[in-house]
Amino acid sequence: MVANVQTLLDAGLAALAATNDPVELENVKAQYIGKQGEISQLMKQLASLSPEEKKTFGATVNQAKQAFEAALTAKRDAIAAQKLAAQLAAEALDITQPGRGHATGGLHPVTLVQQRIETLFASMGFAVADGPEIENDFHNFEALNIPKNHPARAMQDTFYVENAGEPLVLRTHTSPIQVRYMLDNQPPIKIVAPGRVFRVDSDATHSPMFHQMEGLWVDENVSFADLKSVIVDFLRRFFERDDLEVRFRPSFFPFTEPSAEIDVKWSKGWMEVGGCGMVHPNVLKNVNIDPEKYTGFAFGIGLDRFAMLYYGVNDLRLFFENDLSFLSQFK
Amino acid sequence: MKFSELWLRSWVNPAINSDELSHLLTMAGLEVEENEPAAPEFTSVVIAEVLSVTKHPDADRLNVCSVNVGEAEPLQIVCGAPNVAAGLKVPCARVGAVLPGDFKIKQAKVRGIESSGMLCSGDELGMPSDVDGLLILPADAPVGTPLRDYLTLDDRLMTLKLTPNRCDCLSIRGLAREVAALTKAPLHAVDTPAVAVTSTLQRQVKLDAGDACPRYAGRVIAGVNQAAHTPDWMKQRLERCGVRPISAIVDVTNYVLLELGQPMHAFDLAKLEGDIQVRFAKAGEQIKLLNDKELALTDDLLVIADEAKPVALAGIMGGADTSVEAGCTDIFLESAFFAPNVIAGKGRRFGFSSDSSHRFERGVDFGYVREALERATALIIDICGGAAGPITEALAELPARPAVALRVSRVAKVLGVQLPAAEILDLLLGLGLRSSLAGDVITVTPPSYRFDIEIEEDLIEEVARVYGYDRIPVAASNAKMAMLPQAGHLRSKHSLKQILAGRGYQEAINYAFVEAQWEADFAANAAPIKLINPIASQMSVMRSTLLGGLIAGLQHNINRKQDRVRLFELARVFNGLAADTQPEKIAALAWGGRFAEQWGAGKERVDFFDVKADVEALLAPRVAEFRRANHPALHPGRSAEVVLNGQVIGVLGELHPQWVQQYSLVHAPVVFELDVAALTQVDKLKASAVSKFQPVRRDLALLMDEAVTVAELKAAFASAKQAIVAEVEVFDVYRGKGLPEGKKSLAFKVLLQDTHKTLTDEEVDAAMTALLKKAEKCGAILRT
Repeated sequence: MVANVQTLLDAGLAALAATNDPVELENVKAQYIGKQGEISQLMKQLASLSPEEKKTFGATVNQAKQAFEAALTAKRDAIAAQKLAAQLAAEALDITQPGRGHATGGLHPVTLVQQRIETLFASMGFAVADGPEIENDFHNFEALNIPKNHPARAMQDTFYVENAGEPLVLRTHTSPIQVRYMLDNQPPIKIVAPGRVFRVDSDATHSPMFHQMEGLWVDENVSFADLKSVIVDFLRRFFERDDLEVRFRPSFFPFTEPSAEIDVKWSKGWMEVGGCGMVHPNVLKNVNIDPEKYTGFAFGIGLDRFAMLYYGVNDLRLFFENDLSFLSQFK
Repeated sequence: MKFSELWLRSWVNPAINSDELSHLLTMAGLEVEENEPAAPEFTSVVIAEVLSVTKHPDADRLNVCSVNVGEAEPLQIVCGAPNVAAGLKVPCARVGAVLPGDFKIKQAKVRGIESSGMLCSGDELGMPSDVDGLLILPADAPVGTPLRDYLTLDDRLMTLKLTPNRCDCLSIRGLAREVAALTKAPLHAVDTPAVAVTSTLQRQVKLDAGDACPRYAGRVIAGVNQAAHTPDWMKQRLERCGVRPISAIVDVTNYVLLELGQPMHAFDLAKLEGDIQVRFAKAGEQIKLLNDKELALTDDLLVIADEAKPVALAGIMGGADTSVEAGCTDIFLESAFFAPNVIAGKGRRFGFSSDSSHRFERGVDFGYVREALERATALIIDICGGAAGPITEALAELPARPAVALRVSRVAKVLGVQLPAAEILDLLLGLGLRSSLAGDVITVTPPSYRFDIEIEEDLIEEVARVYGYDRIPVAASNAKMAMLPQAGHLRSKHSLKQILAGRGYQEAINYAFVEAQWEADFAANAAPIKLINPIASQMSVMRSTLLGGLIAGLQHNINRKQDRVRLFELARVFNGLAADTQPEKIAALAWGGRFAEQWGAGKERVDFFDVKADVEALLAPRVAEFRRANHPALHPGRSAEVVLNGQVIGVLGELHPQWVQQYSLVHAPVVFELDVAALTQVDKLKASAVSKFQPVRRDLALLMDEAVTVAELKAAFASAKQAIVAEVEVFDVYRGKGLPEGKKSLAFKVLLQDTHKTLTDEEVDAAMTALLKKAEKCGAILRT
């Protein structure tokens, strides 16, 4: 009798194994463990057995039923898994097709460099200041210790704007921003001032409009040593070169004294990247700051030049042509 | 300024090489821009005498020469130069010589004849010459002497980029003084003894403008040979300093200017009428200058005049009518000091400058006027002969040289390095500045050749320069630290740019000056701000709108076959001249496909509503109102004013078809231009509570005339004042098949929600009915 149970179970398991169709699977289930199923029917024979036999036969039939059920569940899972696998396979995409919708645009390389420099200086506590581009003689020249007819005026060929009243110019540098800022604020003053500036000059290496960034720090104890430290730190962080060699070369600007050109050692030797110096006492006096109490430094750099160095652009004119094939490199 | 290193070294000769000298000058603030050899490298070229010339037997154009190079036996050299002749002294490259261009001279056979070297032209030695053929040397050139030695070719030419404050270094004398101070090498100045006066001829000098010309010296030199030849050594020095030799007297004045820094001028005495006066010009006077410019003089121009007329523009240029020309026998030689502020800017006014004005407007040593005059006199008499008359000199108040006090403590404060008083004093004395120390203060009396020492900082700069900028420490600061404020109601311009970049726009930068036509077309601005000196006519007016530049950028990219362009710019525009009428704007342009051509999207062109979404994104979280606009650049039916809190902050729209055609744009771009100041202001965000009860959605489909706008309907819904209506938005717009002509259908999604309870159907229905009623007042009916 027990042997019959095993035979029946084997037949049932074989039937399960043989099917892969969910409907047929349910039929097989009904055939063996449904109410009228063959394994279920075996239980009905129990009534005719002795208590001893009942015990062993009952256990055998139960085991057979459990084994069938386990196999059934496994088969159901297998069929479901197969179905899911087939669905997933059918749904697979060519994931190498490009993404849909808007591609991103980008910022101008001069802007990117400006942001980078603003961020570096912000980390040292420098705020950003701004000012008008049509300026009067006072802010662009006089206040900066550049009197009329001074030979220094010839250093900067100036655009003049038609005006019935006082002569007006397109600012030749960002320095008038420091004048305006110092007139409006007392020390401590710590600013950078980026902006467009204009000079009558146009060739392969000069644009009549270009970008400068001015820096200014005025406080009670700001010295030439501070100037060197801030500039060297800035240049090394900007170019990400801790070993960048920087030198300060004596020079002349009417609005700073002592004045220096800033050179960095580049592959081909020393290269000028900006000018700087201690704010001239006359400039401080012109903006009502006491030069005895306060000292300060100022510097100026060319943003276009920094962008050329940073991105390896060798033609300044590319910055002003607005050619998408050039600009779209800057995302 | 360009100068010969050997000339400088004849004054001061420190034990450093040329590169070191260059570096020394550069790091002292006298930047050496160029340092180049006076002649290219070559070796083994000596002076030779051509003894005989015979025709080459096998070549018409060649000669066989016998050449004496100072050795026992003459050399046989084949030569093709047309000007070779017996008796000439010429350069000879010996066998083994290397000429410029790595040209090696070897023992050779030329058409069968042995040739032991080469006779050289100037070109072959890297010294371009006008002569076709050999470089002919003077008859007394010593045979066998290396050519480099004979012509002092082992010289270097340095070009200084001098800053305007260092006028004292515009001469060999000034540079030598500086080099001596920096290196402690001894200075060998030229002597300027008084020349013996052997003529009684003289002209009196009268100063009518003592402030403008406080010192004027002159003298007659009689009986000069104007046609005398300038000696070679002088010509060579002039040429190496970039000055072209002209004639002996002019050359001497130029030589003294280069050597001593004193500009000089020689007049033809015969052309001067009476005595000399230095005065301001009178209105109506005229002068023709040496450069042939005819000037109408004004009363702010200082002139040298005789008793009849102006004869020179003082300190700038002499007059043509009194210049020294062929036939001149007596001259009047001028050496003077003119005040810098009188000369400054005057040459530029007439569009020229001269070596003389360049120096006078910066400052010339007023203490050396007589010495320079004696030096020039001696040189002229040496070269041209003649007899010197007595010096006539007029003096007024010379520039004051008040002592300047330098506090040792101030040096430390400004430079950030503590220098002992004795060291500072040494540095200043080394520069030849008369200085004395008392307590903390060094008192310095500036010399007559320095015009840049007036205040304490001027001296601090001198100390720093000579001490060495390199030696000032790179120090961490003692100054205070403070965090930067961050205003919560402001956002940066960079974040605006970032929004547009994120939406597919590329940033452009255009010039602030544009074509006047753009201003007329895109801003209806008939009177733009004009530049007095534009660089080109298409860059002559200041822009009041950024649109022109973006449209030019579009044209540029269309020409380069781009089929989709999205550009923006953030910059100032110029509505007026005052500082507060130059606001910043942000403008953008979109043209071509809504999306870049791609597999998964259609090829529709970008339209008004695409770009409107970009404007809304820039404004978010603020919400603007869009009102129909009438803008000169834009399509009247497809443009809007952007209104925020009742203020117009910009425009948005399709470019007017007229400009699309005129600017050859193929089809219309959509553009906008907004005030940056309005966009950087944001409302400080404040969170509000979220309802716990689910919203109910109902749709409302309405039919109406085309003329009815979404804004009108939305205003109508708002006027229904239904508190539970949380949101109303258009989700479909339909016109065409199934609708009468001139009608459109708008479908609205309505979200209803209460913060305190779940809404009942009755409440929702009542609210929807209220909305519909208001819509019907606008002429809309429920679409069934």
